[in-house]
Amino acid sequence: MQRIFGRPAALTGIPFHYCPGCPHGIVHRLVAECLDELGVCERAVGIAPVGCAVFAYNYFNCDMIQAAHGRAPAVATGVKRVQPDAVVFTYQGDGDLAAIGTAEIVHAATRGERITVVFINNAIYGMTGGQMAPTTLVGQETTTTPRGRDASYHGHPVRVSEMLALLDGAAYVARVSVHAPGHVNRAKRALRRAFEVQLENRGFSLVEVVSACPTNWGMTPVEALRWVEQNMLPYYRLGEFKVPGQGEA
Amino acid sequence: MAELSLMKGNEAIAEAAIRAGCRFYAGYPITPQNELCEYMARRMPEVGGTFIQSESEVAAINMVYGAGAAGARAMTSSSSPGISLKQEGISYLCGSEVPGVIVNMVRGGPGLGSIQPAQSDYFQATRGGGHGDYRTIVLGPGSIQEAVELTMLAFELADRYRNPVVILGDGMMGQMMEPVQFPDGPPPQPPAKPWATTGTRGRGSPNIINSLYIEAERCERHNQRLQEKYRRMEENEPRYELVNPEAEYFLVAYGTSSRICRAVVGRASRDGLRVGMIRPITLWPFPRAAFDRVVERARAFLTVEMSAGQMVEDVRLAVEGRRPVHFYGRTGGVVPTPQEVLARLKLVVEGRGGES
Amino acid sequence: MLHEVLMAGFGGQGVMAMGSLLAYAAMLEGRHVSWLPSYGPEMRGGTANCHVVISDEPVACPLVTEPTAAIVLNRPSLDRFENSVRPGGILIYNSSLIDRAPTRTDVRVVAVPANRIAEELGSARVANMVCLGTFLALTGAVSASSVSQSLRKALPVHRHDLIPLNEAALERGAQLARAG
Repeated sequence: MQRIFGRPAALTGIPFHYCPGCPHGIVHRLVAECLDELGVCERAVGIAPVGCAVFAYNYFNCDMIQAAHGRAPAVATGVKRVQPDAVVFTYQGDGDLAAIGTAEIVHAATRGERITVVFINNAIYGMTGGQMAPTTLVGQETTTTPRGRDASYHGHPVRVSEMLALLDGAAYVARVSVHAPGHVNRAKRALRRAFEVQLENRGFSLVEVVSACPTNWGMTPVEALRWVEQNMLPYYRLGEFKVPGQGEA
Repeated sequence: MAELSLMKGNEAIAEAAIRAGCRFYAGYPITPQNELCEYMARRMPEVGGTFIQSESEVAAINMVYGAGAAGARAMTSSSSPGISLKQEGISYLCGSEVPGVIVNMVRGGPGLGSIQPAQSDYFQATRGGGHGDYRTIVLGPGSIQEAVELTMLAFELADRYRNPVVILGDGMMGQMMEPVQFPDGPPPQPPAKPWATTGTRGRGSPNIINSLYIEAERCERHNQRLQEKYRRMEENEPRYELVNPEAEYFLVAYGTSSRICRAVVGRASRDGLRVGMIRPITLWPFPRAAFDRVVERARAFLTVEMSAGQMVEDVRLAVEGRRPVHFYGRTGGVVPTPQEVLARLKLVVEGRGGES
Repeated sequence: MLHEVLMAGFGGQGVMAMGSLLAYAAMLEGRHVSWLPSYGPEMRGGTANCHVVISDEPVACPLVTEPTAAIVLNRPSLDRFENSVRPGGILIYNSSLIDRAPTRTDVRVVAVPANRIAEELGSARVANMVCLGTFLALTGAVSASSVSQSLRKALPVHRHDLIPLNEAALERGAQLARAG
C-alpha cells in the first residue's frame, strides 16, 4: 500500500499534550517537516523556553535545550557561536518573546545571529491561565483585562514582526497564520525560507505565526479560528516584512 | 614556566581562562571588572573564540548556558549588581547541569553601593543566590597568581561536576597588579561531553538539556541526585591555607582581607603574639577540616571580612562552639587596615573581644 | 628591603603610569611586587592614587597605609597623605603645583619643581618621571636601567620616540636628589 501521509522523522511520536484545537501541533509538524526536507535534523538544536511549548524537547527528534522565560535567543546565540554549523531554532510564545524576553529577541536580531525563531502569537498567556499578553488586542478580555484591554490603561499590542524588520541584522521576517489549509501551506513555505536563510548564513530569521488559544479565549476550536480571521488578522497583517537583500548593509 | 607578566587580576583571570580552553565569553560592562571584558574582546578573536558584549547580564549568563550546553568552555564576569541579575541563569545552569565559570569582582552594596572592593556577596555566592536547592563551587583567590591557578581549576571542576563554578574576587583583586606566570603548553583538552547538545549527528537519540521535572516525585529524584553530587564536592574539593598551625589565635579571612591579615600575622608575631591564619580558598565547600586541625590548641578565632559578617557564620558552624569566634568587618567598599585589625586582635587576646 | 610607596595626584598626571613603571622595574629585578590603584568614578580630573609595594619577601599586604615614601603631585594629595608617611620616611612633593610646604619634621621632605623641569625638557607630561627619578635616587629601590627597560615594555612601539624624553626627566629628578 502506498504511504501518502506519516509522521515527520523530526518528531519523536510522543503525543502532544496541547489542548484540543490548539495550533501548536500544526506548527510543530511544519517545523519538523522543514528539518526533514532540508536534511538538517541531525545538526539541529532547538530551544524551548517557558510557555505552553516548554515540553517541546519531548516532541522534536533533535537535540533540545529548555531555557528560562524569555532567554531562548541568548541561549541560541551561545549554541550557534560555538557550533556554527548547527541549525539552531527557538520556539517562543508571545509573553516569552515580546514581554519578558524583549531585550533578548531585539538584540539577537540586531546582532544578526544566524538563528531561526518560531514565534507563536496567540494574544494570550496560555500556560498560566489566560492573562493579558503583549499582543492581546485592544478590547480583548483576559483574566488580567477583565473589562477588555484598554489601550489608555494597559497599553497597545506589540507588532513584533514590523518592529524587528526595522533592524539591519534581521534578514528574514514574515508573519503567517495557520487558521486555514491554504495558510498552513504558506506558513510552511515561510518557515522553510527562514531555515534556508540560516543555512545561507544571511542573518537572523523569524516567522511569526498568528495562532489561536480556544481554551483561554473561551471558544470552541472553530470559533477560535474564525476569531483569528476576524480580529487578529486585521491588526496583525500577514506577509513578508523583510527578505534577504533588503536593507542589508 | 614562562616569563613573568605584571597583570591586573581582571586581565590575568581572562588570560588564564583562555589558557584553560575557554572559547566563549559574554559580558556586560560594570566597574570594577571592565578590564576582564575588554581583555576578552581583544584576545578571543586571536584564539578563534567568541566574545559577545551582551545586551544585559541576564543575556550574558544565558549565552553561557547555551555555549556550555553545546559543549564549549564558557565564561561570564560581572560585579555585584550584575551578578544579582545572573542568578536566574546560574540556577538554570545548576538545574540543567551545564558547566560554566562566573567571575564576581565584588563591590560595595546593597543596591548600587560603591565601586570599591567588598566581600558582601559571600552569602549570595555560597548559599546559591538564585532559586532552588543548589550549590556552586566558590573559589576565593588571595593573589593574582592564585587567581590564575584557580581560574584554570574552575574550568576543570565545572566540567568534572557539570556545575557552574564561581570565582569570588573583589575590586582590589580585579584591579591590583602582581607578577604572574602562566603554565606553558597548549590548553588542556576538555573532557568528552557526550551529553552536549551539538546535534545528534549519528548519535541516535537526542540529547536534552533541561531542568523541568513537572512531576514532584521525579523532581525530587533529580534533586537527590544533585545533592549527592554536592556531597561529593564537599568530600573532595575543600581547599585552604593554614598559616602558623601552632598559633594560639587565628585570623580567618579570604581574598583581599586575607592579604590584610597576612600583614597582621607578621606584625603580631613581632609584638610577641602567637597568631596564625586560616584562609579558605574554597568558600563553598567550606574547609571545615582546617578548624578541626587547630581548634584544640586555639584560644579564639577572629574572622575579618569586608562585610557586616557573612563568612563568620560558616566559621561558627565549623568551630561548633568549641572556642569563641569574634568578628571584625568593614563595609561599603572600605578595606580594613592592618593597624585596625591588629588593634581588634589585641582586644581578643586580652579577653575583651567584644561581641562574638 | 621593603618599600611601601604611595603616589597621588590628579587623574591625568600620570600617577598610575609612574607606579606601574616602578612595579614593572622591580619585577624585572626579581623582587616581589604589587601595584594597587584607587580612583573615583571619573575618567579624568578626579583624584587618583596608587600603592606600590616592593619586597624581598612575598608581599603580604598590597594596601599601603603607612608609606615608607610618598610622592604627591598636587595640593589635595599632600593635604590628605602628609600625615600617613612613616616616621623616618620620605615625602616628595611637586613644588610647581603645591603652594605650601609640608610641616612634618620627622620625615625627609624633598621639594621637586616637577612641572617646571618637565616643561624645560619640552613636555609637562613627564613631571611624574621627574619625581620618580628623585625617588629612585633617594631610595635605590630599583636601578635606572630597569626603569628604562620597563619603559620599552610599557610604551607601545610607536611611542618609543618618547623614551629619551622620559629618561631625561628621570635623570633631572635624580640630579635634584643628589644635589639636595
